Amino acid sequence: MQTQLDQIVGEALGQFASLDDAAQLEQAKARFLGKSGAITELLKGLRELGPDEKRAAGASINRAKERIEQGLHDRREAIAQARLDARLHEEALDVTLPGRRRGGGSIHPVMRSWQRIESIFRSIGFEVADGPEIETDWYNFTALNNPANHPARSMQDTFYVDAIDSQGLPLLLRTHTSPMQVRHARTHTPPIKVIAPGRTYRVDSDATHSPMFHQVEGLWIDEQVSFADLKGVYTEFLQRFFETDALRVRFRPSYFPFTEPSAEIDMMFDSGPLKGRWLEISGSGQVHPEVVRNFGFDPEKVIGFAFGSGIERLTMLRYGIGDLRQFFDGDLRFLRQFS
Amino acid sequence: MQFSERWLRSQIDPKVSTAELADRLTMCGLEVEACVPVAPPLDAVVVAQVLAVERHPGADRLNVCQVDAGAAAPRTIVCGAPNVRVGMRVPCALPGAQLPGGVRIATALVRGVESSGMLCSARELGLSDDHGGLLDLGPDAPVGNRFADWYELDDHIFTIKLTPNRADCLSVLGVAREVHALTGAALRMPDVTPVPSSNDQRYPVRISSSACGRFTGRVIRGVNPAAPTPAWMRRCLERAGQRPISALVDVTNYVMLELGRPLHVYDLDKLQGTIDVRMGQTGEQLALLNGQTVTVGPDVLCICDDRGPIGLAGIMGGESTKADDASVNVLLESAFFEPAAIAGRSRHFNFTSDASHRFERGVDFNNNIDGIERATRLILQICGGSAGPVDDQIVRLPTRVPVAMRTARARRVIGVAISDDEMLALLTRLGLAPKVTSAGVIAIDPPSYRFDLVIEEDVIEEVARLYGFDRIPAEPPQAPARMLPVSETHRSQHALRAHMADAGYQEVINFSFVDAAWERDLTASGDAAIALLNPIASQLSTLRSSLIGGLIATLKFNLNRGATRARVFEIGRAFMRDASVADGPLSVAHIYQPQRIAAAACGPLDEELWGNTRRSVDFFDLKGDLEALCAPLVPRFTAASHPALHPGRSARVELDGKAIGWVGELHPRWVQAYQLQLVPVVFELDVEPLQRVPFPGYSEISRFPAVVRDVAVLVDDAVPAQDMLDDLSACQFDGVSHLSLFDLYRGSGVPSGRKSLAFRVVMQDTERTLTDAQADDVRNKIVVRLALKFGAIQR
Repeated sequence: MQTQLDQIVGEALGQFASLDDAAQLEQAKARFLGKSGAITELLKGLRELGPDEKRAAGASINRAKERIEQGLHDRREAIAQARLDARLHEEALDVTLPGRRRGGGSIHPVMRSWQRIESIFRSIGFEVADGPEIETDWYNFTALNNPANHPARSMQDTFYVDAIDSQGLPLLLRTHTSPMQVRHARTHTPPIKVIAPGRTYRVDSDATHSPMFHQVEGLWIDEQVSFADLKGVYTEFLQRFFETDALRVRFRPSYFPFTEPSAEIDMMFDSGPLKGRWLEISGSGQVHPEVVRNFGFDPEKVIGFAFGSGIERLTMLRYGIGDLRQFFDGDLRFLRQFS
Repeated sequence: MQFSERWLRSQIDPKVSTAELADRLTMCGLEVEACVPVAPPLDAVVVAQVLAVERHPGADRLNVCQVDAGAAAPRTIVCGAPNVRVGMRVPCALPGAQLPGGVRIATALVRGVESSGMLCSARELGLSDDHGGLLDLGPDAPVGNRFADWYELDDHIFTIKLTPNRADCLSVLGVAREVHALTGAALRMPDVTPVPSSNDQRYPVRISSSACGRFTGRVIRGVNPAAPTPAWMRRCLERAGQRPISALVDVTNYVMLELGRPLHVYDLDKLQGTIDVRMGQTGEQLALLNGQTVTVGPDVLCICDDRGPIGLAGIMGGESTKADDASVNVLLESAFFEPAAIAGRSRHFNFTSDASHRFERGVDFNNNIDGIERATRLILQICGGSAGPVDDQIVRLPTRVPVAMRTARARRVIGVAISDDEMLALLTRLGLAPKVTSAGVIAIDPPSYRFDLVIEEDVIEEVARLYGFDRIPAEPPQAPARMLPVSETHRSQHALRAHMADAGYQEVINFSFVDAAWERDLTASGDAAIALLNPIASQLSTLRSSLIGGLIATLKFNLNRGATRARVFEIGRAFMRDASVADGPLSVAHIYQPQRIAAAACGPLDEELWGNTRRSVDFFDLKGDLEALCAPLVPRFTAASHPALHPGRSARVELDGKAIGWVGELHPRWVQAYQLQLVPVVFELDVEPLQRVPFPGYSEISRFPAVVRDVAVLVDDAVPAQDMLDDLSACQFDGVSHLSLFDLYRGSGVPSGRKSLAFRVVMQDTERTLTDAQADDVRNKIVVRLALKFGAIQR
């Protein structure tokens, strides 16, 4: 009996193993476990046996049946797994192919600097001001203490347009961002802590001058804002902008009509290709009392500093760009480097 | 301002190195732009005397010279200079000498004659461009001495970039005064003691204009105009960048550079009648020393004699009365002219002079006599002659008012606790004669050579400058820690910029001034366009009223350089006249200058890539980018014509009923005219409306399921989809929460001239679940509405 059972089990497992198809496997199952299958037939034969034999034989048959069912189950799993494996294999991609996307754009390097300057100054509470680019003589010159016949006003230095202001004076393209500080100060009350970035224009065009360029103006007016504070703020700004403390900054006496004392700010890198050279980076100083009065404030009550820096200059030093004109060429090969 | 270090050190000689001197000048506000050695080290160059000159046996133009170069035996040197002569003392480069330009001197055969050295010209020694012949050192030069010592070549040329307020430093004395203030070293004033007169001749001078505050004159008779300028003076002048001319002129230039006192020398015998200092008269002409003839007018101060103008006061003398190599009797002029009367005049005549540079900034009005005495002494020394009395007329001089400085204010402005005593000491060293007038107040007396000390801040600046900017600490300031407002309903330009970059556009910055043709072709600005009065180039003559022209030019620039696809954007202002604009905190009357954002794209939509779409960018790509840029704002589009755009492929963009810009394909006419290989699609919008975004509005989400119905209709091709959507929205059908157009179809099954549009209607109720019957009812109403209003037929 046992030999016969072993043979049936062996036969069943052998058949199952030879099959790769789920339907055929079910047919094979019927041959052993179906109504007229081999195991079923053996179970039917138990009726003819005595109780003891019946019990023993029954147990043997059931064990054989379980082994076949287990074999069947294993085979079903294996076939399903193989099917899944085949499908996964078939669906496999070359994952090294480039992803599907639109080519990335970029922000202009001067604008990158502009944004960084804004966020650095915002981090210590500076607001950001705006203002018109076609300006009046008063905001661009007079309010900033420029004498009436100062050469800066000449057509060799300043662009004029074919329109006049309410005073009958010719309108101009602002030559610096300082008019924005005047406009901002006249509509706010101290403490005033503001930067004003923007486009500026001067009649100048060669390898190192562009007729249009960008400046950022800074102004801090309060009761006790000193020249030492200017040194502190601007020195730290340069360290943050260039992301290094390894630079030296010097303030050198200079002259501007709108500040006094006035300082030219130079910086020097401790490493890199420009190492060891003083580089002019900004004009600055304590706001001239006449200008404070033009803001509408009393210079006895409030004092403060102002500075103006060229954004192109900062950008060129930051990224090592040698030619100013590249900023305005619109060459995509240049611009893409800043994506 | 350029001068030699030796000249400066002859007036003040602080115990500091050249480099330190330069650094300290820079750090006190006299920026040393350049500090260069006068000459390279010329170690093996000596003073030599030519003993004999013989024609070279094998070359006509060469001489064989016997030269005493200080050694026991003469040297044989072959020389080609035309001016070589026996007895002459010249620089001689010995074998081993290294000359500028890498020339190394060695003993060599020159056409068969052994030559052991080289006799040198000034150019060969790198001293000047003069190559006229050997440098003649004169009979005093000590033979055998190191040439560099004799010629004072261990010297540096300082070039100082002066700020316009410091005209007092346009002289060696002025710089020396600063060095004194910086170092405390003793100042040695040049000899200005009076030269007694030996004749009593005066020349009549009348001052008719108060723009001339002082006129000091002196006659000198019997000078030798041909006397050579001494070598030391020539050296000083050359190292100050001046070309020696003649002794008389050189002395006036020397005194100007030495003391900051401009002088003029006239040929006395060429003057006619009385000198009159007056304003010019319309039409008067004057031939100047520089060869230029100018026409003066009533705004130009002139020196005149009986025949008319003979000089531009404080600017340049005239040709007719100039002292030249035949002038035996001369008149010296040492005047003061009001800066305002001189300022801008030479610029008007398109030149500048040393005199005008000084007079328009302000010249010491108290050293007229010092200057004339100094010049007289030098002229008598060099040219001989007999001096008349100094004739000094003063009409009106600038006033000098004491300026008070509160020391507490100085400390507040500078931010450093500098003591009153230290401030007093600093101001004393500057020669400002400070006095304590009351507790905490120091008053200074501005000297006649300083025109920049008028208000308290001027004095504070002097204190700060001399205290040393580098000694002022650079610490982060202390201030109340206030936070800045952060608005949720205002979007920054940087956010728009970032959006465009993320959408694949490169940001460019184009000039605000453009070709006038772009304005005519691409905009409707017409008379509103604003022109520059002084453009740097004709193609940059007009202020742009649109950013599109610049972007098209950028596309073309890149297509011409091999790009096959380009997407660019710019944020910047446009400019136009607009009578409705008033003066305001951020506006200038009658000028509209809005910020704009514009984009342009051409070529394939996507970069060429294995899985990307291979079609060209079109109207709807740009429209989609525009819509994404505006989101959450929802713009509306109306077909309309624009001069730059294809009339059938352009739309006006509106937001809240207001036109904010345009989107469209470039007009084929401009594609052709601008020779573009690809067709650009562009948009341009006002920035300001895009920055105002709504605060997010919250409402409860319905618990009941939404019901969706699609409606497909056939409609005439000409019916704008937007009109149908607008009409259905206006009907406000029950329960409709969302209505959109999701499909457009033309082709088989759709008659020509018509299109199939499919709308999706989403319905939802917050109170209950909508039944199918209710949803079908709404759909039927929509079909009927579209049929009635637009002749649409349900598909």
